[in-house]
Amino acid sequence: MPGSQDSMSSLIVRVQRRTGRVVLDTLASVGRFAGLTAEIVRGTSEVRIWLPRTLAEAHNIGLGSLFIVLLISAFAGGVTALQAGYQFTGNIPIYVVGAIVTQSIVLELGPVLVGLILAGRIGARYAAELGTMRVTEQIDALESLGRSPASHLLLPKVLACILMIPVLVVFADVMALVAGWFISKQSLPITDQDFAYGARIFWQPFNAWYSLIKAAAFAATIGLVSCYYGYNTQHGAAGVGRSTTGAVVSSSVLILLLDLILAKLLLVP
Amino acid sequence: MIRIRDVHKRFGALVVLDGVTLDVQDGETLALLGPSGTGKSVLLKHIIGLIKPDAGDIDVDGLNVPTLDRDALAKLRRTIGYVFQNGALFDSDNVYENIRLGLTDPNEFGDDAFARERVSECLRLVNLPESTLTKMPSELSGGMRKRVGIARAIAGKPKYVLYDEPTSGLDPVNSDIIDGLIRRLNDELGVTGIMVTHDVRGAFRTADRIALLTGGKVVAEGTPDDFRASQVPEVRAFLERDFDLAPLETGFAQ
Repeated sequence: MPGSQDSMSSLIVRVQRRTGRVVLDTLASVGRFAGLTAEIVRGTSEVRIWLPRTLAEAHNIGLGSLFIVLLISAFAGGVTALQAGYQFTGNIPIYVVGAIVTQSIVLELGPVLVGLILAGRIGARYAAELGTMRVTEQIDALESLGRSPASHLLLPKVLACILMIPVLVVFADVMALVAGWFISKQSLPITDQDFAYGARIFWQPFNAWYSLIKAAAFAATIGLVSCYYGYNTQHGAAGVGRSTTGAVVSSSVLILLLDLILAKLLLVP
Repeated sequence: MIRIRDVHKRFGALVVLDGVTLDVQDGETLALLGPSGTGKSVLLKHIIGLIKPDAGDIDVDGLNVPTLDRDALAKLRRTIGYVFQNGALFDSDNVYENIRLGLTDPNEFGDDAFARERVSECLRLVNLPESTLTKMPSELSGGMRKRVGIARAIAGKPKYVLYDEPTSGLDPVNSDIIDGLIRRLNDELGVTGIMVTHDVRGAFRTADRIALLTGGKVVAEGTPDDFRASQVPEVRAFLERDFDLAPLETGFAQ
Protein backbone atom coordinates (compact mmCIF):
# COMPACT_ATOMS: atom_id res chain seq x y z
CA MET A 1 0.00 0.00 0.00
CA PRO A 2 2.10 2.93 -1.24
CA GLY A 3 -0.39 5.49 0.13
CA SER A 4 -0.19 4.20 3.70
CA GLN A 5 3.63 3.93 3.43
CA ASP A 6 3.77 7.59 2.38
CA SER A 7 1.58 8.71 5.25
CA MET A 8 3.68 6.63 7.68
CA SER A 9 6.93 8.21 6.41
CA SER A 10 5.43 11.67 6.62
CA LEU A 11 4.32 10.95 10.20
CA ILE A 12 7.83 9.77 11.11
CA VAL A 13 9.33 12.91 9.57
CA ARG A 14 6.89 15.09 11.52
CA VAL A 15 7.70 13.30 14.78
CA GLN A 16 11.43 13.64 14.08
CA ARG A 17 11.04 17.35 13.31
CA ARG A 18 9.02 17.99 16.42
CA THR A 19 11.47 16.04 18.60
CA GLY A 20 14.36 17.94 17.05
CA ARG A 21 12.63 21.26 17.70
CA VAL A 22 11.93 20.35 21.34
CA VAL A 23 15.56 19.28 21.85
CA LEU A 24 16.88 22.48 20.22
CA ASP A 25 14.47 24.67 22.22
CA THR A 26 15.51 22.95 25.45
CA LEU A 27 19.20 23.37 24.67
CA ALA A 28 18.62 27.02 23.79
CA SER A 29 16.79 27.56 27.10
CA VAL A 30 19.58 25.87 29.06
CA GLY A 31 22.11 28.05 27.23
CA ARG A 32 20.16 31.22 27.97
CA PHE A 33 19.77 30.21 31.62
CA ALA A 34 23.50 29.56 31.94
CA GLY A 35 24.26 32.88 30.22
CA LEU A 36 21.95 34.76 32.56
CA THR A 37 23.47 33.07 35.62
CA ALA A 38 26.96 34.01 34.42
CA GLU A 39 25.77 37.59 33.86
CA ILE A 40 24.40 37.69 37.42
CA VAL A 41 27.72 36.43 38.80
CA ARG A 42 29.57 39.12 36.78
CA GLY A 43 27.21 41.71 38.27
CA THR A 44 28.66 41.09 41.76
CA SER A 45 31.51 43.50 40.98
CA GLU A 46 29.15 46.52 41.25
CA VAL A 47 28.64 46.36 45.01
CA ARG A 48 27.54 50.00 45.29
CA ILE A 49 24.64 49.27 42.95
CA TRP A 50 23.39 45.88 44.14
CA LEU A 51 23.91 46.13 47.90
CA PRO A 52 21.24 48.75 48.73
CA ARG A 53 18.81 47.18 46.26
CA THR A 54 19.40 43.73 47.79
CA LEU A 55 18.67 45.04 51.28
CA ALA A 56 15.46 46.70 50.08
CA GLU A 57 14.36 43.51 48.28
CA ALA A 58 15.24 41.37 51.31
CA HIS A 59 13.22 43.65 53.55
CA ASN A 60 10.27 43.48 51.15
CA ILE A 61 10.16 39.75 50.65
CA GLY A 62 11.08 38.92 54.25
CA LEU A 63 8.45 41.01 55.97
CA GLY A 64 5.94 40.58 53.16
CA SER A 65 6.09 36.79 53.29
CA LEU A 66 6.34 36.30 57.06
CA PHE A 67 2.61 36.19 57.80
CA ILE A 68 1.69 33.65 55.13
CA VAL A 69 4.72 31.50 56.00
CA LEU A 70 3.79 31.46 59.72
CA LEU A 71 0.13 30.77 58.97
CA ILE A 72 0.80 27.83 56.68
CA SER A 73 3.51 26.33 58.87
CA ALA A 74 1.21 26.52 61.90
CA PHE A 75 -1.43 24.53 60.03
CA ALA A 76 1.17 22.09 58.70
CA GLY A 77 2.56 21.49 62.21
CA GLY A 78 -0.91 20.97 63.65
CA VAL A 79 -2.02 18.54 60.93
CA THR A 80 1.25 16.59 61.17
CA ALA A 81 0.70 16.14 64.90
CA LEU A 82 -2.86 14.95 64.43
CA GLN A 83 -1.94 12.50 61.68
CA ALA A 84 1.01 11.18 63.67
CA GLY A 85 -1.31 10.62 66.61
CA TYR A 86 -3.82 8.84 64.34
CA GLN A 87 -1.22 6.59 62.65
CA PHE A 88 0.90 5.69 65.67
CA THR A 89 -1.63 4.38 68.14
CA GLY A 90 -1.75 1.01 69.89
CA ASN A 91 1.58 -0.52 70.88
CA ILE A 92 3.74 2.35 69.67
CA PRO A 93 4.83 4.69 72.48
CA ILE A 94 3.15 8.10 72.37
CA TYR A 95 6.46 9.99 72.52
CA VAL A 96 7.01 8.89 68.91
CA VAL A 97 4.58 11.68 67.97
CA GLY A 98 7.20 14.22 69.11
CA ALA A 99 9.84 12.53 66.99
CA ILE A 100 7.61 12.32 63.92
CA VAL A 101 6.46 15.92 64.18
CA THR A 102 9.99 17.27 64.66
CA GLN A 103 11.63 15.18 61.97
CA SER A 104 8.86 15.70 59.41
CA ILE A 105 8.83 19.44 59.89
CA VAL A 106 12.55 20.14 60.01
CA LEU A 107 13.63 17.68 57.34
CA GLU A 108 10.76 18.05 54.90
CA LEU A 109 7.68 20.11 55.55
CA GLY A 110 9.34 23.35 56.65
CA PRO A 111 11.66 23.91 53.69
CA VAL A 112 9.45 22.30 51.02
CA LEU A 113 6.19 23.98 52.01
CA VAL A 114 7.87 27.36 52.37
CA GLY A 115 9.69 26.80 49.08
CA LEU A 116 6.48 26.00 47.23
CA ILE A 117 4.57 28.90 48.78
CA LEU A 118 7.33 31.36 48.00
CA ALA A 119 7.74 30.00 44.47
CA GLY A 120 4.18 31.26 44.03
CA ARG A 121 4.48 34.45 46.00
CA ILE A 122 7.98 35.71 45.21
CA GLY A 123 8.56 33.86 41.93
CA ALA A 124 5.35 35.21 40.40
CA ARG A 125 6.12 38.72 41.63
CA TYR A 126 9.65 38.76 40.26
CA ALA A 127 8.70 37.25 36.91
CA ALA A 128 5.79 39.68 36.49
CA GLU A 129 7.88 42.68 37.55
CA LEU A 130 10.79 41.88 35.23
CA GLY A 131 8.44 40.83 32.43
CA THR A 132 6.59 44.13 32.62
CA MET A 133 9.90 45.99 32.65
CA ARG A 134 10.94 44.06 29.55
CA VAL A 135 7.78 44.70 27.53
CA THR A 136 7.66 48.39 28.50
CA GLU A 137 11.32 48.81 27.41
CA GLN A 138 12.52 49.64 30.94
CA ILE A 139 15.23 46.97 30.70
CA ASP A 140 16.25 48.35 27.30
CA ALA A 141 16.37 51.81 28.89
CA LEU A 142 18.67 50.55 31.62
CA GLU A 143 20.96 48.96 29.05
CA SER A 144 20.87 52.10 26.91
CA LEU A 145 22.36 53.99 29.88
CA GLY A 146 25.31 51.59 29.88
CA ARG A 147 24.03 50.02 33.08
CA SER A 148 23.88 46.32 33.80
CA PRO A 149 20.43 44.80 34.37
CA ALA A 150 22.24 42.06 36.29
CA SER A 151 23.58 44.34 39.04
CA HIS A 152 20.54 46.67 39.08
CA LEU A 153 17.71 44.15 38.85
CA LEU A 154 18.62 40.48 38.84
CA LEU A 155 21.37 40.05 41.42
CA PRO A 156 19.46 41.92 44.18
CA LYS A 157 16.46 39.64 43.63
CA VAL A 158 18.46 36.41 43.65
CA LEU A 159 20.51 37.46 46.69
CA ALA A 160 17.42 38.62 48.57
CA CYS A 161 15.89 35.17 48.04
CA ILE A 162 19.07 33.41 49.22
CA LEU A 163 19.28 35.66 52.28
CA MET A 164 15.65 35.67 53.36
CA ILE A 165 14.15 32.31 52.43
CA PRO A 166 16.39 30.32 54.86
CA VAL A 167 15.41 32.80 57.58
CA LEU A 168 11.74 32.29 56.73
CA VAL A 169 12.26 28.52 56.85
CA VAL A 170 13.69 28.84 60.38
CA PHE A 171 10.60 30.81 61.40
CA ALA A 172 8.41 28.21 59.69
CA ASP A 173 10.16 25.30 61.45
CA VAL A 174 9.77 26.93 64.85
CA MET A 175 6.14 27.88 64.24
CA ALA A 176 5.24 24.40 62.97
CA LEU A 177 6.94 22.75 65.96
CA VAL A 178 5.11 24.98 68.40
CA ALA A 179 1.81 24.33 66.63
CA GLY A 180 2.53 20.59 66.48
CA TRP A 181 3.31 20.50 70.20
CA PHE A 182 0.21 22.55 71.07
CA ILE A 183 -2.17 20.48 68.93
CA SER A 184 -0.64 17.23 70.22
CA LYS A 185 -1.26 18.34 73.79
CA GLN A 186 -4.82 19.34 73.02
CA SER A 187 -5.76 16.23 71.06
CA LEU A 188 -3.60 13.34 72.21
CA PRO A 189 -2.72 11.79 75.57
CA ILE A 190 0.83 13.16 75.46
CA THR A 191 2.71 15.21 78.06
CA ASP A 192 5.27 17.95 77.44
CA GLN A 193 7.97 15.58 78.66
CA ASP A 194 6.87 12.84 76.22
CA PHE A 195 6.84 15.27 73.29
CA ALA A 196 10.23 16.71 74.21
CA TYR A 197 11.71 13.24 74.72
CA GLY A 198 10.45 12.11 71.31
CA ALA A 199 11.72 15.27 69.67
CA ARG A 200 15.20 14.78 71.17
CA ILE A 201 15.60 11.06 70.73
CA PHE A 202 16.13 11.06 66.95
CA TRP A 203 17.45 14.61 66.72
CA GLN A 204 20.82 15.33 65.14
CA PRO A 205 22.30 18.80 64.65
CA PHE A 206 22.75 17.93 60.97
CA ASN A 207 18.94 17.98 60.63
CA ALA A 208 18.92 21.74 61.13
CA TRP A 209 21.73 22.17 58.62
CA TYR A 210 19.89 19.96 56.15
CA SER A 211 16.81 22.15 56.49
CA LEU A 212 18.89 25.27 55.81
CA ILE A 213 20.78 23.71 52.89
CA LYS A 214 17.48 22.81 51.27
CA ALA A 215 16.10 26.29 51.96
CA ALA A 216 19.13 27.93 50.32
CA ALA A 217 18.92 25.62 47.29
CA PHE A 218 15.20 26.31 46.89
CA ALA A 219 15.83 30.04 47.33
CA ALA A 220 18.45 30.12 44.56
CA THR A 221 16.06 28.15 42.34
CA ILE A 222 13.18 30.56 42.93
CA GLY A 223 15.38 33.62 42.38
CA LEU A 224 17.15 32.39 39.25
CA VAL A 225 14.15 30.76 37.59
CA SER A 226 11.82 33.73 38.14
CA CYS A 227 14.49 36.16 36.92
CA TYR A 228 15.09 33.97 33.87
CA TYR A 229 11.42 33.88 32.92
CA GLY A 230 10.82 37.56 33.62
CA TYR A 231 13.97 38.75 31.85
CA ASN A 232 13.18 36.76 28.70
CA THR A 233 9.55 37.87 28.45
CA GLN A 234 8.22 38.66 24.98
CA HIS A 235 4.95 39.68 23.38
CA GLY A 236 3.24 42.10 25.75
CA ALA A 237 0.78 41.41 28.53
CA ALA A 238 0.10 37.84 27.40
CA GLY A 239 3.85 37.23 27.51
CA VAL A 240 4.02 38.55 31.07
CA GLY A 241 1.24 36.11 32.00
CA ARG A 242 3.09 33.22 30.37
CA SER A 243 6.34 34.15 32.11
CA THR A 244 4.66 34.37 35.48
CA THR A 245 3.00 30.98 35.10
CA GLY A 246 6.20 29.46 33.73
CA ALA A 247 8.24 30.81 36.65
CA VAL A 248 5.88 29.40 39.27
CA VAL A 249 5.43 26.00 37.62
CA SER A 250 9.13 25.53 36.80
CA SER A 251 10.28 26.67 40.25
CA SER A 252 7.81 24.33 41.94
CA VAL A 253 8.82 21.32 39.83
CA LEU A 254 12.52 22.07 40.34
CA ILE A 255 12.00 22.40 44.10
CA LEU A 256 10.43 18.93 44.21
CA LEU A 257 13.22 17.53 42.04
CA LEU A 258 15.91 19.15 44.21
CA ASP A 259 14.15 17.82 47.30
CA LEU A 260 14.56 14.30 45.96
CA ILE A 261 18.17 14.84 44.87
CA LEU A 262 19.23 16.42 48.17
CA ALA A 263 17.54 13.66 50.18
CA LYS A 264 19.42 11.04 48.17
CA LEU A 265 22.75 12.89 48.37
CA LEU A 266 22.66 14.03 52.00
CA LEU A 267 20.43 11.59 53.86
CA VAL A 268 20.96 8.26 52.08
CA PRO A 269 24.65 7.97 51.24
CA MET B 1 30.16 60.25 13.55
CA ILE B 2 27.55 57.57 13.02
CA ARG B 3 27.97 55.50 9.89
CA ILE B 4 25.34 52.96 8.86
CA ARG B 5 26.13 50.70 5.91
CA ASP B 6 23.76 48.32 4.15
CA VAL B 7 21.97 47.20 7.30
CA HIS B 8 19.48 44.37 6.93
CA LYS B 9 17.11 43.14 9.61
CA ARG B 10 14.18 40.80 9.49
CA PHE B 11 11.90 39.46 12.24
CA GLY B 12 10.72 36.05 11.07
CA ALA B 13 9.36 36.54 7.58
CA LEU B 14 8.98 40.31 7.99
CA VAL B 15 11.78 42.29 6.38
CA VAL B 16 12.13 45.52 8.36
CA LEU B 17 15.42 46.97 7.17
CA ASP B 18 16.48 46.11 3.66
CA GLY B 19 19.86 47.70 3.10
CA VAL B 20 19.80 50.96 5.04
CA THR B 21 22.77 53.25 4.45
CA LEU B 22 23.03 56.56 6.28
CA ASP B 23 25.67 58.89 7.72
CA VAL B 24 25.20 61.30 10.60
CA GLN B 25 27.95 63.87 10.95
CA ASP B 26 29.18 65.10 14.33
CA GLY B 27 27.24 68.12 15.54
CA GLU B 28 24.25 67.76 13.26
CA THR B 29 20.66 66.84 13.97
CA LEU B 30 19.09 64.40 11.56
CA ALA B 31 15.34 63.85 11.42
CA LEU B 32 14.36 60.40 10.27
CA LEU B 33 10.89 60.50 8.79
CA GLY B 34 8.79 57.64 7.51
CA PRO B 35 5.43 55.96 7.76
CA SER B 36 4.65 53.85 10.82
CA GLY B 37 6.12 50.36 10.84
CA THR B 38 8.99 51.08 8.49
CA GLY B 39 11.70 50.30 11.05
CA LYS B 40 12.75 53.77 12.20
CA SER B 41 12.82 52.77 15.89
CA VAL B 42 14.45 49.46 14.98
CA LEU B 43 17.22 51.40 13.24
CA LEU B 44 17.76 53.57 16.33
CA LYS B 45 18.04 50.44 18.49
CA HIS B 46 20.71 49.08 16.13
CA ILE B 47 22.79 52.21 16.72
CA ILE B 48 22.86 51.64 20.48
CA GLY B 49 23.32 47.89 20.16
CA LEU B 50 19.94 46.84 21.58
CA ILE B 51 19.28 44.96 18.32
CA LYS B 52 21.92 43.28 16.17
CA PRO B 53 21.64 43.45 12.39
CA ASP B 54 21.38 40.34 10.23
CA ALA B 55 23.92 41.98 7.91
CA GLY B 56 25.62 45.32 7.53
CA ASP B 57 27.75 47.63 9.67
CA ILE B 58 26.96 50.31 12.23
CA ASP B 59 29.96 52.39 13.29
CA VAL B 60 29.82 54.98 16.05
CA ASP B 61 33.03 56.97 16.45
CA GLY B 62 34.81 54.25 14.48
CA LEU B 63 33.56 51.43 16.72
CA ASN B 64 31.64 48.67 14.98
CA VAL B 65 28.63 48.37 17.34
CA PRO B 66 27.47 44.80 16.51
CA THR B 67 30.91 43.37 17.25
CA LEU B 68 31.57 45.18 20.55
CA ASP B 69 31.90 43.10 23.70
CA ARG B 70 29.78 43.76 26.78
CA ASP B 71 32.11 46.26 28.46
CA ALA B 72 32.94 48.17 25.28
CA LEU B 73 29.25 48.40 24.43
CA ALA B 74 28.40 49.69 27.93
CA LYS B 75 31.16 52.31 27.58
CA LEU B 76 29.87 53.41 24.19
CA ARG B 77 26.30 53.60 25.46
CA ARG B 78 27.41 56.10 28.12
CA THR B 79 28.09 58.53 25.28
CA ILE B 80 24.62 58.05 23.79
CA GLY B 81 21.36 59.22 25.31
CA TYR B 82 18.24 57.39 24.16
CA VAL B 83 14.76 58.85 24.46
CA PHE B 84 12.25 56.01 24.30
CA GLN B 85 8.95 56.42 22.53
CA ASN B 86 6.88 55.87 25.68
CA GLY B 87 9.40 57.23 28.13
CA ALA B 88 10.38 53.76 29.47
CA LEU B 89 10.70 55.24 32.95
CA PHE B 90 11.61 52.86 35.78
CA ASP B 91 8.23 52.65 37.45
CA SER B 92 9.55 51.51 40.83
CA ASP B 93 11.65 54.69 41.14
CA ASN B 94 10.49 58.29 41.47
CA VAL B 95 11.33 60.98 38.92
CA TYR B 96 14.48 62.04 40.79
CA GLU B 97 15.88 58.50 40.82
CA ASN B 98 14.93 58.03 37.16
CA ILE B 99 16.84 61.10 36.03
CA ARG B 100 19.72 60.36 38.38
CA LEU B 101 20.18 56.97 36.71
CA GLY B 102 20.97 58.96 33.57
CA LEU B 103 24.20 60.14 35.22
CA THR B 104 26.41 57.61 33.52
CA ASP B 105 29.66 58.73 35.18
CA PRO B 106 29.96 56.64 38.39
CA ASN B 107 31.54 59.56 40.31
CA GLU B 108 28.76 61.95 39.33
CA PHE B 109 26.17 59.29 40.13
CA GLY B 110 27.67 58.76 43.57
CA ASP B 111 27.94 62.49 44.43
CA ASP B 112 24.58 63.37 46.01
CA ALA B 113 25.01 67.15 45.84
CA PHE B 114 26.09 67.09 42.20
CA ALA B 115 23.34 64.64 41.29
CA ARG B 116 20.63 66.78 42.90
CA GLU B 117 21.82 69.89 41.09
CA ARG B 118 22.15 68.17 37.71
CA VAL B 119 18.77 66.46 38.02
CA SER B 120 17.09 69.81 38.81
CA GLU B 121 18.86 71.42 35.87
CA CYS B 122 17.66 68.70 33.49
CA LEU B 123 14.14 69.03 34.83
CA ARG B 124 14.17 72.78 34.15
CA LEU B 125 15.46 72.14 30.61
CA VAL B 126 12.39 70.07 29.81
CA ASN B 127 10.05 72.61 31.43
CA LEU B 128 8.94 70.56 34.41
CA PRO B 129 8.54 71.98 37.93
CA GLU B 130 10.75 70.92 40.85
CA SER B 131 7.71 69.35 42.53
CA THR B 132 7.78 66.62 39.88
CA LEU B 133 10.93 65.14 41.42
CA THR B 134 9.14 63.20 44.13
CA LYS B 135 6.37 61.89 41.90
CA MET B 136 6.25 58.29 40.68
CA PRO B 137 5.98 57.67 36.93
CA SER B 138 2.41 56.38 37.38
CA GLU B 139 1.43 59.85 38.66
CA LEU B 140 2.62 61.61 35.49
CA SER B 141 0.76 62.36 32.28
CA GLY B 142 2.03 60.88 29.01
CA GLY B 143 3.68 64.15 28.01
CA MET B 144 5.36 64.53 31.39
CA ARG B 145 6.68 60.99 31.22
CA LYS B 146 8.15 61.75 27.83
CA ARG B 147 9.86 64.87 29.12
CA VAL B 148 11.27 63.02 32.12
CA GLY B 149 12.60 60.45 29.64
CA ILE B 150 14.35 63.25 27.75
CA ALA B 151 15.75 64.67 31.00
CA ARG B 152 17.13 61.22 31.87
CA ALA B 153 18.68 60.84 28.41
CA ILE B 154 20.54 64.16 28.61
CA ALA B 155 21.53 63.98 32.31
CA GLY B 156 24.86 62.33 31.53
CA LYS B 157 25.73 65.03 28.92
CA PRO B 158 25.95 62.51 26.08
CA LYS B 159 27.68 63.21 22.79
CA TYR B 160 24.77 61.70 20.86
CA VAL B 161 21.07 61.70 21.64
CA LEU B 162 18.67 59.39 19.83
CA TYR B 163 15.07 60.59 20.07
CA ASP B 164 12.32 58.09 19.32
CA GLU B 165 9.19 60.15 18.64
CA PRO B 166 10.14 62.88 21.14
CA THR B 167 7.04 64.99 20.57
CA SER B 168 4.32 62.44 19.85
CA GLY B 169 1.47 62.79 22.31
CA LEU B 170 2.55 66.28 23.39
CA ASP B 171 0.47 69.41 23.03
CA PRO B 172 1.77 72.03 20.56
CA VAL B 173 3.31 74.19 23.29
CA ASN B 174 5.32 71.35 24.79
CA SER B 175 6.16 70.02 21.31
CA ASP B 176 7.71 73.40 20.55
CA ILE B 177 9.60 73.34 23.86
CA ILE B 178 11.06 69.91 23.07
CA ASP B 179 11.89 70.92 19.48
CA GLY B 180 13.60 74.02 20.88
CA LEU B 181 15.47 71.91 23.43
CA ILE B 182 16.75 69.54 20.74
CA ARG B 183 17.88 72.55 18.70
CA ARG B 184 19.60 74.14 21.73
CA LEU B 185 21.38 70.92 22.69
CA ASN B 186 22.69 70.85 19.16
CA ASP B 187 23.60 74.55 18.87
CA GLU B 188 24.99 75.19 22.35
CA LEU B 189 26.45 71.84 23.38
CA GLY B 190 27.19 70.36 19.96
CA VAL B 191 25.09 67.28 20.71
CA THR B 192 24.60 65.09 17.64
CA GLY B 193 21.00 63.99 17.36
CA ILE B 194 18.89 61.55 15.42
CA MET B 195 15.21 62.23 15.78
CA VAL B 196 12.68 59.65 14.62
CA THR B 197 9.44 61.48 14.08
CA HIS B 198 6.19 61.76 12.19
CA ASP B 199 6.04 65.46 12.93
CA VAL B 200 7.04 66.98 9.58
CA ARG B 201 6.72 70.54 10.89
CA GLY B 202 8.97 69.76 13.88
CA ALA B 203 11.49 68.02 11.62
CA PHE B 204 11.76 71.04 9.34
CA ARG B 205 12.17 73.39 12.31
CA THR B 206 14.68 71.28 14.20
CA ALA B 207 16.81 69.21 11.86
CA ASP B 208 19.91 70.09 9.87
CA ARG B 209 19.16 67.19 7.57
CA ILE B 210 16.14 65.02 6.94
CA ALA B 211 16.04 61.42 5.71
CA LEU B 212 13.01 59.41 4.65
CA LEU B 213 12.93 55.71 5.50
CA THR B 214 10.38 53.66 3.65
CA GLY B 215 10.25 50.10 2.36
CA GLY B 216 13.23 49.24 4.55
CA LYS B 217 15.51 51.72 2.76
CA VAL B 218 16.48 55.38 3.02
CA VAL B 219 14.96 56.71 -0.20
CA ALA B 220 15.89 60.38 0.22
CA GLU B 221 18.02 62.60 2.41
CA GLY B 222 19.12 66.19 2.39
CA THR B 223 18.72 69.57 4.04
CA PRO B 224 15.18 70.70 4.86
CA ASP B 225 15.20 72.84 1.71
CA ASP B 226 16.45 69.95 -0.44
CA PHE B 227 13.84 67.73 1.09
CA ARG B 228 11.04 70.21 0.52
CA ALA B 229 12.04 70.52 -3.12
CA SER B 230 12.60 66.81 -3.65
CA GLN B 231 10.74 65.17 -6.50
CA VAL B 232 11.27 61.65 -5.17
CA PRO B 233 7.74 60.18 -5.29
CA GLU B 234 7.90 58.79 -1.73
CA VAL B 235 8.94 62.22 -0.40
CA ARG B 236 6.15 63.95 -2.26
CA ALA B 237 3.66 61.35 -1.03
CA PHE B 238 4.86 61.77 2.55
CA LEU B 239 4.86 65.55 2.50
CA GLU B 240 1.56 65.86 0.69
CA ARG B 241 0.00 62.91 2.57
CA ASP B 242 -0.82 61.51 -0.81
CA PHE B 243 -1.00 57.87 0.18
CA ASP B 244 -3.10 55.31 -1.52
CA LEU B 245 -6.18 55.19 0.70
CA ALA B 246 -8.23 53.14 -1.72
CA PRO B 247 -7.96 49.87 0.25
CA LEU B 248 -9.23 51.60 3.39
CA GLU B 249 -12.06 53.32 1.59
CA THR B 250 -13.04 50.08 -0.13
CA GLY B 251 -12.96 48.36 3.24
CA PHE B 252 -15.38 50.90 4.76
CA ALA B 253 -17.63 50.73 1.70
CA GLN B 254 -17.90 46.97 2.07
